[in-house]
Amino acid sequence: MADKLRTIQNLEALQARYIGTGHADTTKYEWTSNILRDSYSSYVGHPPLLSYMAVGMGEPKEKMRTMMLEKMVRGAGNPPETQE
Amino acid sequence: MATTSHMFMYSLTIQPPTAITQAILGQFAGTRDQQIVTASGSKLTIHRPDPAQGKITPLFSQDVFGIIRSLAAFRVAGSSKDYIIIGSDSGRITIVEYVPSQNRFNRIHMETFGKSGVRRVVPGQYLAVDPKGRACLIASVEKNKLVYVLNRNSQAELTISSPLEAHKPQTLVFAMICLDVGYDNPVFAALEVDYSEADQDPTGQAYEEIEKVLVYYELDLGLNHVVRKWSDPVDRTASMLFQVPGGDDGPSGVLVCAEDNITYRHSNQGAFRVPIPRRRGATENPERKRSIVSGVMHKMRGAFFFLLQTEDGDLFKLNLEMVEDKQGKPTGEVKRLTIKYFDTIPVSTNLLILKSGFLYAASEAGNHNFYQFEKLGDDPSEAAFSSDSFSADPSVPSTPIYFHPRGAENVNLMESMNSLSPLIDSKILNLSEDDAPQIYTICGSGARSTFRTLKHGLEVSEIVESDLQQVPSAVWTTKLTRGDEFHTYIILSFANGTLVLSIGEIVEEVSDTGFLSSAPTLAVQQLGEDSLVQVHPRGIRHILADQRVNEWPAPQHRSIVAAAANERQVAVALSSGEIVYFEMDADGTLAEYDERRQMSGTVTSLSMGEVPEGRMRSSFLAVGCDDSTVRILSLDPDSTLENKSVQALTSAPSALQIMAMADSSSGGTTLYLHIGLYSGVYLRTVLDEVTGELSDTRTRFIGAKPVKLSQVSVKGQTAVLALSTRPWLGYSDVQTKSFMLTPLDYVGLEWGWNFSSEQCVEGMIGIQGRSLRIFTVEKLDNNMLQESIPLSYTPRRFVKHPDQPLFYVIESDNNVLSPATRQRLIEDSQENGEATDLPPADFGYPRGSGHWASCIQVVDPITTKSVIFNLDLEDNEAAVSLAAVPFSSQDGETFLVVGTAKDMTVSPPSSSCGFIHIYRFQEDGRELEFIHKTQVDEPPLALLGFQGRLLAGIGPILRVYDLGMKQLLRKCQAPVVPKTIVGLQTQGSRIIVSDIRESVTYVVYKYQDNVLIPFADDSIARWTSSTTMVDYETTAGGDKFGNLWLVRCPSKVSEQADEDGSGAHLIHEKGYLHGTPHRLELMVHFYAQDIPTSLHKTQLVAGGRDIVVWTGFQGTIGMFVPFASREDVDFFQLLETQLASQQPPLAGRDHLMYRGYYAPVKGVIDGDLCEMYLLLPNDTKLMIAGELDRSVREIERKISDMRTRVAY
Repeated sequence: MADKLRTIQNLEALQARYIGTGHADTTKYEWTSNILRDSYSSYVGHPPLLSYMAVGMGEPKEKMRTMMLEKMVRGAGNPPETQE
Repeated sequence: MATTSHMFMYSLTIQPPTAITQAILGQFAGTRDQQIVTASGSKLTIHRPDPAQGKITPLFSQDVFGIIRSLAAFRVAGSSKDYIIIGSDSGRITIVEYVPSQNRFNRIHMETFGKSGVRRVVPGQYLAVDPKGRACLIASVEKNKLVYVLNRNSQAELTISSPLEAHKPQTLVFAMICLDVGYDNPVFAALEVDYSEADQDPTGQAYEEIEKVLVYYELDLGLNHVVRKWSDPVDRTASMLFQVPGGDDGPSGVLVCAEDNITYRHSNQGAFRVPIPRRRGATENPERKRSIVSGVMHKMRGAFFFLLQTEDGDLFKLNLEMVEDKQGKPTGEVKRLTIKYFDTIPVSTNLLILKSGFLYAASEAGNHNFYQFEKLGDDPSEAAFSSDSFSADPSVPSTPIYFHPRGAENVNLMESMNSLSPLIDSKILNLSEDDAPQIYTICGSGARSTFRTLKHGLEVSEIVESDLQQVPSAVWTTKLTRGDEFHTYIILSFANGTLVLSIGEIVEEVSDTGFLSSAPTLAVQQLGEDSLVQVHPRGIRHILADQRVNEWPAPQHRSIVAAAANERQVAVALSSGEIVYFEMDADGTLAEYDERRQMSGTVTSLSMGEVPEGRMRSSFLAVGCDDSTVRILSLDPDSTLENKSVQALTSAPSALQIMAMADSSSGGTTLYLHIGLYSGVYLRTVLDEVTGELSDTRTRFIGAKPVKLSQVSVKGQTAVLALSTRPWLGYSDVQTKSFMLTPLDYVGLEWGWNFSSEQCVEGMIGIQGRSLRIFTVEKLDNNMLQESIPLSYTPRRFVKHPDQPLFYVIESDNNVLSPATRQRLIEDSQENGEATDLPPADFGYPRGSGHWASCIQVVDPITTKSVIFNLDLEDNEAAVSLAAVPFSSQDGETFLVVGTAKDMTVSPPSSSCGFIHIYRFQEDGRELEFIHKTQVDEPPLALLGFQGRLLAGIGPILRVYDLGMKQLLRKCQAPVVPKTIVGLQTQGSRIIVSDIRESVTYVVYKYQDNVLIPFADDSIARWTSSTTMVDYETTAGGDKFGNLWLVRCPSKVSEQADEDGSGAHLIHEKGYLHGTPHRLELMVHFYAQDIPTSLHKTQLVAGGRDIVVWTGFQGTIGMFVPFASREDVDFFQLLETQLASQQPPLAGRDHLMYRGYYAPVKGVIDGDLCEMYLLLPNDTKLMIAGELDRSVREIERKISDMRTRVAY
């Protein structure tokens, strides 16, 4: 039983530290939001990728970066209605 | 080694990326001079700006084997030297210093704080340093912020604290800077958005109400913790922050740059806001809002200003006025902001203002520029806008303000540094009929796009070219006395005489020099203190300072065939094969050595080398004979003319040159014997200074003519000029000191010699036919020559005419008004009497969302070096693909096929429809005639000629078309990939189809049944950017995440696919896991960081092997060299391991992890890491050599051979 408790505690620590660490009740919304935000932050963080997209879109890199970060705010859109 | 691939490649960068991620300014050398440090890809480079000449030269560049994301310079209090902090993907903060004495970067600190890789919550994206150098903050895009306190210990060494956390979950950071607060507690400012509520609210109301806040984090140095001190909402669109000087210099605080406005904010005073002026013009949309994309703050003598750049490239000067007290001194209270138009320069990622009055602009696309300030925008006629007229409340819309853009008045372009970034496509072809192919590239974006030709070579600047009456056979220059700094005479040898010219204000013939003018000359040398020696076929003439001449006649029936001399010794070879040796004795006369040495054959060349410093004589004489040998004879008094060593050659030597050159293996200089052969081969061997042994021979074929050699001086180092069909220069690389042999971009010379005069200190003189040429080589750090031709819009793809040396480039720009729309707007406005015409190359094109401007241009890079034909596309069509396709239905006539998209939006990808245009080549391809166009449902992103028909990738469908009278005729089609076809390659009946995100699929076309059958695909989703077929089974490709890979079809599957018959067995085969029945095997995988935009299987040098050359988006040119032997692979693998452990990458990223960023490295040796060996200090080199059980010279030779055998 102590082992199980420790596992849970470890998992909780991981979840607190690394956003997006899943759990048994991860919803589709959480998962997709997470993937989207990870992707956008990766686009912003890899300079070649950002400038590749900037040239594709015909916008400066700085505007591209802001656009990506704005999309991170939005995530996967509004969360689904919860039925209580 | 059980788990290794059986295919191995050696990956090497030919040209590093030129896109600059970030540039910083500082006094990194610890002196008053400022240097610029730039990060491009994984390269960290330090540049030295030269204010006197207005030029920038790179000092040192190092690959850090990691992604450099942010850089910051800082200085600890009391120090005079700036350090560099690197925020990278290593999960570590690294502090680096530049050591000017060694010209190297040295890591001072490295602290681990998180996982490696570019992740959402691992800091590295933002880096902010306290202006007083007391603390730095490193932050991630979301949540994490770590503050490190920087300090000095009693030994004046930099110390770094353990990190203090300032995390806030579910909060995104848009910008981060450090405030200038003088010596108060350091304060960091961030633009943050908290999305936690929006993620909980299903109605979307919370998202609508999200606020962007400006947050101050204060580091309490006393308590050693960080507090969130102040936060206040700002404009929702804010994206950038700038530091406002504080302490004694200004009010402190920040500038918040948002869409359409700039606001001054600080915790202790009110906000001030000015709008960003918009361009006024006939073609400008008055409603379009600008935002700031880069900028710089500059402080000088108590004043400061900002230069801020919008996405159009317009620079605005922003001033802060402060309330003054009774004495007229500024208080810390802000009165107003004023903004005025400054100048327009290309959109930059970073702007740096140097103390010496220069502006460095690291451009986003194309060349980086270095400007000098002419004035600081103080012109009162330019309208200034003040914050007094605008509300500071972000919710109140401000009335727009306008300005008229004009030509640059305040800055003056001094130097433009070549940058290929963004490099969009390339071709490697030999069109100019040189011995090596050229690289043709399309690069740049918008109106600054270019078509560039790259050629291996050094730039030569010609000083004099003058024609002579006769064709000279040789030329020398000489000074008169040993102490002379410059040369006095030019001696020209003709078939039947000698001509002496004096160098001065004018070059004129002189006759009273004592030189024998009635015979050709073999050698000229300044001898002893003040005498000269002329060797001619009949004897040696020793001309003393007082014009007396001592003549040594050649023995009867024999003539002199070769001669060598230095300032104390003369050796001549007679036609009988005898060597006669002279040495200058104490009273300045030439004394003949009493024995002559008989050689086995006729002597073809001699060389002696200079007298080493502090010695009486050069100890060696190299003798080349027509029996294809070179012998080293001793000149020491106790063993004069005795044999020291022999080297057999493949052909008779035509020229020899003994000279001392800088050497990377020993760290000092080494004596080399350079040998040129009649066969056009050039050899370089090390000559042992004691024993005279020859070792470490390196060979290179340089042309089809006998090689001539001479010693010249370039940029302060001795170099060897080797002449064959082209002139080549052998020199030591500026950084690594390793030997480089590079062709000069110059005419083929028959003879060369060094030349030094007051006007041209380090020059060369040469003969080409009848003309005498004097020239210099100015730069040794760049051995790729570029020629560029401006294009209209961002180039997308290009093809070559099947026969003519012409290229067809398709270009398109998003959100740019088409020429027709522009023309209409201008015509409209001319009726109102208002029209402006701004050159697009400087000011960009007028923009309009949803619009496309696109054209097809014909470029002639060989003769006219310009765009010779332009064809604009209409109806908002944008060209996306092209191919030159021969149609067998039209008797094999080749047509230009262009795929276009109408009303395309890039993200999310959509368009109203696509078209395939057909053009006929007219006037040998110099013009295009439109034939017809065919509508398709989706843009055809890939086109290819295939068995006399056209192959088009339309969405996921692969289609075969034939050419009809009115439109294209669909012959056959099949959905072959899951998403979108972006590339096609073919050999025989096999088609390699690349998908936008599902790697490549092998498709076979069955002619009998007219079907396309996909039979093999990949097991990994690769977002393919470009591919090339390496052989019938193997495809090399690159993806958008910066990987390079080779996949191969199993031979059995490959054979099955090509079996005769209908292919029914293929059609009825069962698919495997929702894909094709078979899978490709991964052969090679490598992370290159830069996005590969084109790959070619080609040769780069004459006689080289086939290699894979790739070009990267940021301007990288790299190559994959296949290994021929297993021993080499083992050797380089060991070397790699040793280097990775002995010299771990600078920014702290593990090398193997970096190269295996997305998937483990497979079958690749990282040549860039191996070449780091050349940069190591000598003791480390020796240690690694010891581990590998080889000599340093041997290792260096292996490393340099890998490069020089196939490339430059």
